[in-house]
Amino acid sequence: MKISIQVNEGPYQRQASDTAYQFTKAALAAGHEIFRVFFYHDGVNNATKLAVPPQDDRHIPKLWSELSKENNLDMVVCIAAAQRRGMMDADEAKRQGFEDNNLIEGFRISGLGQLIEAGVESDRLVVFGA
Amino acid sequence: MAIKKFMYVNRKPPYGTVYALESLEVVLIGAAFDQDVSLAFIGDGVYELTKGQNTDAIGQKNFSPTYSALGDYDVTKIYVEKESLEERGLTLDDLQHLVWEDEDDDWAERDSIRLVSRAELADVMAEQEIILSF
Repeated sequence: MKISIQVNEGPYQRQASDTAYQFTKAALAAGHEIFRVFFYHDGVNNATKLAVPPQDDRHIPKLWSELSKENNLDMVVCIAAAQRRGMMDADEAKRQGFEDNNLIEGFRISGLGQLIEAGVESDRLVVFGA
Repeated sequence: MAIKKFMYVNRKPPYGTVYALESLEVVLIGAAFDQDVSLAFIGDGVYELTKGQNTDAIGQKNFSPTYSALGDYDVTKIYVEKESLEERGLTLDDLQHLVWEDEDDDWAERDSIRLVSRAELADVMAEQEIILSF
């Protein structure tokens, strides 16, 4: 089955991102195709490369990043939600006059149209959080 | 692109969290994709459509006038749950009068809001292919 995932909550405060991660991993292991993972609302904060959780805790942004690398996942951060919350890739950082970006590898920033397209193109859109 | 039945379910008050605003942003962007779109307002979500909102004291933007533009985006099916209104002591008169213009009938104005019971809304939801809940 072709599945898309929407993540609406940031890391740590709520379990939604963890659950979405576990679901995505399990779906891939079961042979399903993940068309896209879309990060919206505070979910955009899962894409930060600046998180430094305690060593005995999971590193949620890194988990997503590694999952993306291993499975060639398309992980999209909503630009409108990201701009409000200070998440930016290199291009956007440059445009806004910031010295550095804060997006961990594996995520890309794009528009809400990517969410609608994911809904249209996938057999299921599974939403986590909110 | 295939056309699917999208429903956006709004469950939260307009302020206090960002969900209502960011739901509206998805609806407006999504309108460009020519999908079969409807909106539902249930629970505290019915407050999103109330008229006369004034946000001066909370220092946030009053985005409620944007709902009146939905008709221009061809978003013409707005379901409001009757029980949710009643439970909050509200009636249709407390909500904005949202309309759309019917191209097939000399641009006659039509009401966008459809007052439905909880049971009726459940039936409408069952017909949807994509439900995004905010």
